[in-house]
Amino acid sequence: MHPGSPLVSFRHRHLLGIDGLSAEEITYLLDLAERHVEPNRQGDKKRSVLRGRTIINLFFENSTRTRTSFELAGKRLGGDVINMSTSVSSIKKGETLIDTAVTLNAMHPDVLVVRHPESGAVQLLSEKVDCAVINAGDGSHEHPTQALLDALTIRRNKGRIAGLLVAICGDILHSRVARSNIQLLNTMGARVRLVAPKTLLPAQVERLGVEVFHDMRKGLEGVDIVMMLRLQTERMHGSFVPSIREYFHFFGLDRDKLAAAKPNALIMHPGPMNRGVEIDSEVADDIDRSVIRQQVEMGVAVRMACLEALTRDLPSNGPLP
Amino acid sequence: MSLLFRNVRLLDPASDTDRPGSLLVVDGRIAALDPMGVPEGAAIVDGGGACLAPGLVDMRVQLREPGAEHQETLATASAAAAAGGVTTMVALPNTTPPVDDIAPVEFIARRAREIRGTRIFTYAAVTRGLAGRELTEMGLLAEYGAVGFTDGEKAVADALVMRRALSYAATFGLLVLQHPEEPSLAAGGMMNEGEIATRLGLAGITPAAETIMVERDLRLLEITGGRLHMAHVSTAAAIEAIRQAKRRGLAVTCDTAPPYFALNETAVGEYRTFAKLSPPLRSEDDRRAVVEGLADGTIDAIASDHAPHDQDSKRLPFPAAAAGIVGLETLLPLSLALYHDGRMPLLEVVRRLSTAPARILGLNAGTLAPGAPADLVLFDADRPWKIRVDEFRSKCKNSPFDGRPVQGRALRTYVGGRLLFEWTA
Repeated sequence: MHPGSPLVSFRHRHLLGIDGLSAEEITYLLDLAERHVEPNRQGDKKRSVLRGRTIINLFFENSTRTRTSFELAGKRLGGDVINMSTSVSSIKKGETLIDTAVTLNAMHPDVLVVRHPESGAVQLLSEKVDCAVINAGDGSHEHPTQALLDALTIRRNKGRIAGLLVAICGDILHSRVARSNIQLLNTMGARVRLVAPKTLLPAQVERLGVEVFHDMRKGLEGVDIVMMLRLQTERMHGSFVPSIREYFHFFGLDRDKLAAAKPNALIMHPGPMNRGVEIDSEVADDIDRSVIRQQVEMGVAVRMACLEALTRDLPSNGPLP
Repeated sequence: MSLLFRNVRLLDPASDTDRPGSLLVVDGRIAALDPMGVPEGAAIVDGGGACLAPGLVDMRVQLREPGAEHQETLATASAAAAAGGVTTMVALPNTTPPVDDIAPVEFIARRAREIRGTRIFTYAAVTRGLAGRELTEMGLLAEYGAVGFTDGEKAVADALVMRRALSYAATFGLLVLQHPEEPSLAAGGMMNEGEIATRLGLAGITPAAETIMVERDLRLLEITGGRLHMAHVSTAAAIEAIRQAKRRGLAVTCDTAPPYFALNETAVGEYRTFAKLSPPLRSEDDRRAVVEGLADGTIDAIASDHAPHDQDSKRLPFPAAAAGIVGLETLLPLSLALYHDGRMPLLEVVRRLSTAPARILGLNAGTLAPGAPADLVLFDADRPWKIRVDEFRSKCKNSPFDGRPVQGRALRTYVGGRLLFEWTA
């Protein structure tokens, strides 16, 4: 379906963000992921690509779906996966990020999958370890595997990414998903619109190569993809947005606003959804338009691809079969 | 229903018209200027050369309903407004409860319809409970009729809240109005800081409290975009800051109120609480700067800043007395002094009182254009008379202008072609 990527390997040691990836590299990862989609649907999902490899999921921020997705990805590829979260780690005891990195590094993992509430923390950690590091979300900066799984979902449904018109709607200000998606979609030749109240848009965001709208109906006019973002509860009550009902009235995706988009426009959401805040259940559950569950499925395939790509050229610890 | 005004001086700032003529009203709307023919049975008003202008649009009044009906009601304020030539009022949200939710916006609109007096609009609060912290539902409030957003007599003090308010309002193209006074600097102050306050032993409010807030908000506006209006500016430095901002192209407007160009701080005299205002009456230099700001167009509008307070709120030691004065019935004659003193052409004075505030707020008023609602004031610009507070229709008589000889008064006031007020000598 997709012409094979001209690349045969991934030249980066880490996956810290979409920033810095070329269209070819993104296509390479998507093609690799594509190969995992069907096997993941079969009874026997186990493969041995990562046999002998150790993957540590290091989560400094609560996450269920991303951590589970990475864990499944590692295990399906035959790797040994360890989960560490802040609630059980020595971080609670006051250890610095760098000390944690150095400690873990001494145990010789092959991949560290890291989520951290501070922007830039994952990169800092990557500079202190010998293994590959995958950014599973750092502050408001990047969430590259989310952008990749969104891209794979789009490509599977639309057959391409280039030339599509994509609206990203909601809390852009705090969103690492939005930043990674803006990078990826622009790199792949899609056109990106942002739709949000001005209080949820970062300064000079239009310099990122996007078109900015404050009105959903105008922003969604003629788009192929509607990407909704989650609005955190603590931002709904008078700080960035006055109330849930006002937010839903003006920026919540419902049938009425969706009517401005193309008839076959896809609805996406990185989850977890706030039904009745940024999205109406009627559209979130629309089996013809909503690909929200597909996104979750593609997440595992994309993370398998990323783990595979980053470990392929690593020196092996011993003879691999 | 037709009504012809003839033998009038037509003053229409919206079309820069100032000439003798006639005006025809049909079914509550302006039908024509200098009509060729007059409909059968039209009522005829001979103006005797008096001025016919768009009714005044008073963009800053406190109406006290709901919550303090012993001081003023929409009905009494409407009667006072009509007597002063005002056909549209915009109320501050500092009622009880405050207008920070949809229900009070609808309440005021319904009461205004029932009263059938002057047109009454309301601002809604910028922050819930006028508390300066959480934003109100500006988008929904605007859909329900709020014409702008302000915390009334309180400044939005927190810079981040103000930034977000401007930013959020700009999302919907809405106007934010600021009471420009830095509260931490003005805290405890009772009158303008300076020699007089020092002699009286009253804590002063430095003019810098106004300048700082104006300059801060102009900086914020530069970041956020959108539209900002500064209420009742009173100091030379703040007016200069706004003048410069307008030159830089910022979307800022401002108004002042008659006491700030008709009086200075000496009016406080021996602790006259009727001269206690917020912002306080300023120095003579500041007063002159207000006149200058009006003359050169820096100050866009004149509002009454109508603030009814009963005797119990004013007959108190100066520090304990409420700030503010009634103004609906003195707005026109006090403003006309700018014309009589040769500082502004008559048409310009009318503009600041009608067309300019209507434009700032996006109201269908302040124009004599055919098709516009026939909200009109017929006034004699020259007639001398003396302000008598006991003749006020307003429930409250707290005015420092009692006994002041003035020139110019409203003779007849019409809203939608309906006669609301007729002056009888």
